[in-house]
Amino acid sequence: MPDLLLELFSEEIPARMQRKAAEDLKKLVTDALVERGLTYEGAKAFATPRRLALTIAGLPVRGRDVREERKGPRVGAPDAAVQGFLKAAGLASLAEATIISDPKKGDSYVALIEKPGQETVAAIAEIVPAVIRAFPWPKSMRWGKASSESGSLRWVRPLHSILCTFGAETEDPEIVTFDVDGIKSGNVTYGHRFHAPGPITVKRFDDYVASLERAKVVLDADRRKEIIATDAKNLAFAAGLELVEDEGLLEEVAGLVEWPVVLLGDFEERFLEIPGEAIRATIRANQKCFVLRDPNSGELANRFIPVSNLIASDGGLAITAGNGRVVRARLSDAAYFWQTDRGALPDLDTLKDSAEKLGLDLAKPLDQRMAKLDRLGVVFHAKLGTQGERVQRIAALAKELAPIVGADPALAERAAKLAKADLPTEMVGEFPELQGLMGRKYAELQGENASVAAAIEEHYKPLGPSDRVPTDPVSVAVALADKLDTLVGFWAIDEKPTGSKDPYALRRAALGVIRLVVENGVRLSLLRLLGPLMEQAIAISNSEASQDALGEMLESSIPKAIDLLSFFHDRLKVMLRDQGARHDLVDAVLGEGASGNDDLLLITRRVAALSRFLETEDGKSLLAGYKRAANILKAEEKKDGEGAFAGKADLQLIADAGLIEEKALAVALAQATPKAEAAVAAEDYEGAMTALAELRPAVDAFFDKVTVNDPDPRLRANRLKLLNQLREATRAVADFSRIAG
Amino acid sequence: MPLAASSDPLNPTRSFQGLLLTLQRFWAERGCVILQPYDMEVGAGTFHPATTLRALGPKPWKAAYVQPSRRPKDGRYGENPNRLQHYYQFQVILKPSPPDLQQLYLDSLRAIGVDLALHDVRFVEDDWESPTLGAWGLGWECWCDGMEVSQFTYFQQVAGVECAPVAGELTYGLERLAMYVQGVENVYDLNFNGLEGEDRISYGDVFLQAEQEFSRHNFEHANTEVLFRHFSDAEAECKALLAAGEADAGSNDPSHKLALPAYDQCIKASHVFNLLDARGVISVTERQSYILRVRELAKACGAAWLKTAGGGAN
Repeated sequence: MPDLLLELFSEEIPARMQRKAAEDLKKLVTDALVERGLTYEGAKAFATPRRLALTIAGLPVRGRDVREERKGPRVGAPDAAVQGFLKAAGLASLAEATIISDPKKGDSYVALIEKPGQETVAAIAEIVPAVIRAFPWPKSMRWGKASSESGSLRWVRPLHSILCTFGAETEDPEIVTFDVDGIKSGNVTYGHRFHAPGPITVKRFDDYVASLERAKVVLDADRRKEIIATDAKNLAFAAGLELVEDEGLLEEVAGLVEWPVVLLGDFEERFLEIPGEAIRATIRANQKCFVLRDPNSGELANRFIPVSNLIASDGGLAITAGNGRVVRARLSDAAYFWQTDRGALPDLDTLKDSAEKLGLDLAKPLDQRMAKLDRLGVVFHAKLGTQGERVQRIAALAKELAPIVGADPALAERAAKLAKADLPTEMVGEFPELQGLMGRKYAELQGENASVAAAIEEHYKPLGPSDRVPTDPVSVAVALADKLDTLVGFWAIDEKPTGSKDPYALRRAALGVIRLVVENGVRLSLLRLLGPLMEQAIAISNSEASQDALGEMLESSIPKAIDLLSFFHDRLKVMLRDQGARHDLVDAVLGEGASGNDDLLLITRRVAALSRFLETEDGKSLLAGYKRAANILKAEEKKDGEGAFAGKADLQLIADAGLIEEKALAVALAQATPKAEAAVAAEDYEGAMTALAELRPAVDAFFDKVTVNDPDPRLRANRLKLLNQLREATRAVADFSRIAG
Repeated sequence: MPLAASSDPLNPTRSFQGLLLTLQRFWAERGCVILQPYDMEVGAGTFHPATTLRALGPKPWKAAYVQPSRRPKDGRYGENPNRLQHYYQFQVILKPSPPDLQQLYLDSLRAIGVDLALHDVRFVEDDWESPTLGAWGLGWECWCDGMEVSQFTYFQQVAGVECAPVAGELTYGLERLAMYVQGVENVYDLNFNGLEGEDRISYGDVFLQAEQEFSRHNFEHANTEVLFRHFSDAEAECKALLAAGEADAGSNDPSHKLALPAYDQCIKASHVFNLLDARGVISVTERQSYILRVRELAKACGAAWLKTAGGGAN
C-alpha cells in the first residue's frame, strides 16, 4: 500500500506553535482523506523551526467505488416530484431509474448511483492546498509581491516550498502535483540553513529522514529534546553540577534548533549575590539557556547551558563567549535592579501624603515603593479604584480576619500593606513572574517580621488546584483578604465569569479561598463577612452616584453577596469532583437553604462524614430505605395532598392495631431523631451518622413485614406518618433526595 | 579580539563608522536609496517617514538609512556598558518584501565580518507591534550567539491600514553589532574612527558626555509642564494641518497637500510623550490614553498620505 510524504518548508516557525501545527496538519489531512473514504494504517507529523512534515502510511491507490441507492417517488407521481428526483439523483430521464415493487406501497422509482472511487493522488492534490489555505495558525501573515492582492496566501511566516510524494515502497513514488499561490509542489527539500542549504531530492519518508539527518536536521522534536536533555545533564555532571530541569524551556529550545549543539558557559561568581530566582528568570526568559545548581547545597552555580544550532568551526568557543557576554550584560542589569530596589527613591517628599495615608515608614525602601505605587495612582480596575486604595481595603480586611485565623492583627495589617509594594520595583518591572518573591526578599532585608515577609510572597497562593496552600496565619489572613476583595469587587460591578471567559481569574480566587479555609481549618461565616464588604464595594464603584441613587444600589448588596456565596458552593462542588469525591453530596448537605450554609469548612466536613456513611452497609441500606419511603410518600401525597402525613404517628393506634415492626420503627425514630439533631447542632457529623445508622434494622424490618397501604385508612395514614418521620429525621443530616444513585 | 585583522580603518570590524559605511554600501548595491537620518527626535527608525509612510500604498520602495533613536527611559547616566538613551539603528525597508530577504540579511552580516561558520545566527519569534503607530507585523529577533542584533519584520499593518503589498523591515542595532565585531565589552570603548593612538576616537569620546547630560535631563530636569503643553500643541497642529491639507469639496485634485508636515507633528507628539513617560508623571491609565491620542494622529496621517502621489493616489 502506498505512503504519502508531505513537507511544508518555510521561514522560521515560532517554537511555541510548532507542536500544535504538526498535529493540526495531521488531523486536517487525515480527516479529509477519511471523509473521502480513504482510510490509512498510520500517520505521524513532525515539526522543526523551518518545516512541518507529515507521513501517512498504508493509503489505498484509489478510493472504493461507491454504490448508492436513492429512493424516488412512486410510479405515476406528479411531474414536479419526478423532476426533483431526477435532478437530485443526477439522472437524465426516468429510463435510467429502476422500478421496485412493494406489496404494500406499490411500485416506485429507485436510482442506482455508482461513483467510481477517486484516485488517491487526485484527492491529495485537492486536500493539501485546501488545508494550507485554511490552516489554523494562531497568527498568520502575508508577504511578497502577492500580498498586493487581497485574498493572497497566509502562512505563519513566508512559505517557500512544498514537497509531496505518493507511492508504494517498491516503486518510485510520484510527485503529487498542485500549486498554492504560485508555489508548485515537488520532491525537493533543503537541509540545515548553514550546514546544508542546497536542494535535496526525496523519494519517501525513509530516505527523507535519513537525508535530513545527513543535512544536519533532526526531524523529530522529541528526539531533539532528548539530545538536549541528555547532553545538558552530561555537561552538568562533568562540571560537578546538576541541571535545573525545565520542561517548558526544553520544549521551546527544541523548537529553536534543527541540529542541537549543547554548550557550557559561565559568568562571574559575584553575580550570585542576586537572588537565584532572578538569575534563572533572566537567563531563561532572555537567553533561553538552562541554569545549573550545586547538587549538595542546592544553590545556583555560576554556569549556564546555551543550546546552539551550529557545529561551529572552533568547537563553539565563540558562541559560548558571545552568550556569556549577553548573560553578563543581563545579570549586570539584574544586579542594578537588585541594588536600586534596596536604595532610597528620589523625590521622597512627594510620597509623604501616601505614606501617611497608608501608615508607611518612608525610611524603609519597600515602604517607599508602596507609597510610590499609591502616589502614581496606578489603576487596579476603572470601577474599583487604584492599587493604593485596594491595598488599604485588603489591609483592613486582613486585620479583621486575623483573629479568626489565629494571626496577630498588627502583623496581618503590616503584611497586607507591603504585599503589593514590589510591583513598582525595577526587578518585578523586568520580571513580572517574580512578584511576591522579590517583595519577600526586600522585606527580609529591611528587617520585617518573618511571617510578614513570608506573607508578601504567599498571599498570591494558592495559584491553582495543585499549588501549595500557605499555613502561616499571617499569610492566610492576607491571602484571604486579597482574594475576597477581588471577588467582592467584581461581583459588585457585575463582572462575573461567564462560560469560558474569566479574565480576572475569579474562579481561581474562589477556589483559593475554599482551599485556604478548608485546609487550614478556618471557621468563617462567609455571608456575615460578604454583606458589608459588598456594600463597601458597591459604594466605591458608584462614588459619583447621588445619595439617593446609591441607597437604591445598596439594596442589591445582600442578593449579590448570596450570589457570590453560591459561586463558592459551585466551586466547592467542582473542587470535590476534581478530587474524585461525590459533588452531589454538596447539594444534599446544602439542602434547600443554601444561604444558611456559609461555613465552607463545616460543609466539607459534613460532606466527608456523609460520604463515609454512605460507603457503609448501614448507610447504603438506610439510603435505600429512605428512597423507598420517599417514593411511597410522593405517590400517596399525590392522592391525599402535600403535607397530608405531617405530624407524629399515633402510638396508641400502633399499640392497638399495628405490627411489632411498626412499633419498633416508631421507637427507633423517637430515639435516633433527637440524637442526630443534637449531634448536628454540636457539629458532630460522625455522631449524627451513627445515630441515623441505628435506624437501619428497624427500617429494614418495617419494609420487610409491613404493608403501608393497608385497607384500613387509619392504619395507612399512620404508617405514612411514620415514613414521613423517617424522611424528616434524615433531613436533619442531609437532604437525601439530592443524593444520586 | 577583532574578528578580522585589517589595517583599513574603515573595515567594519575596526570602526563604528566603517560598519555603518559597509552596511550602506551593501544595501546601496542591492538597489536601496541611501537616505540620511530624519532630522527629528524619534524613538525608533520605523518612525522615519521613509518607513512609516512609504510602507503604505502600492508603490515599490527600497531604502536604507541610519537613524538615531531616542529612548529617554533607557538613560543610565553613562554608567551602564550596554544601555543608552540615544543610539543608532540602521534601517532597511524593502517593499514588496523580496523572497530571499532572510538570505540578504545573512549576506549583510557576512559583509560586516560575522563568520557564519563560527557564530550561531537564529531567527527567534518576535511579533512587532507599535501601539503609537497603529502598526504590527510578524517576524523575528535575529540572534547572534544569543544576542539580539536585529529586528526582522514583515509589516502587516501601518497607521491602521493593511499593507498591500507587505514591506520587509530590517533594523540593525548598530552599537551591539559593532561591539560584537570589534570584540568590545563596553559600548563607550568602541573604536569610532578606526584609527589608533592619538588619532583614535572612541564612542565614549563622542557620546559619553551626551549620555550623562541627557540622562539628567530626561529623568530630572525636563520641564513636565512645558512638555504637557508641547504635547497638546503638536497634537493640535497635526490636526490643523491634516484639515488644512484636505482637498476642497468639488476640487478636481483630490490629493492631500500637507501629509508630511502633519506627520512631523505626530512624531513630535510621540517623542514628548516618551519624555513625559520617563519622568514618571503619566499614570498607567493616562498612559493608555496618550498612546491612543498619538495613534489617532498616526492613523490620520497615514490616511492623508494615501491621498498623495507618494501614497499611490494617482
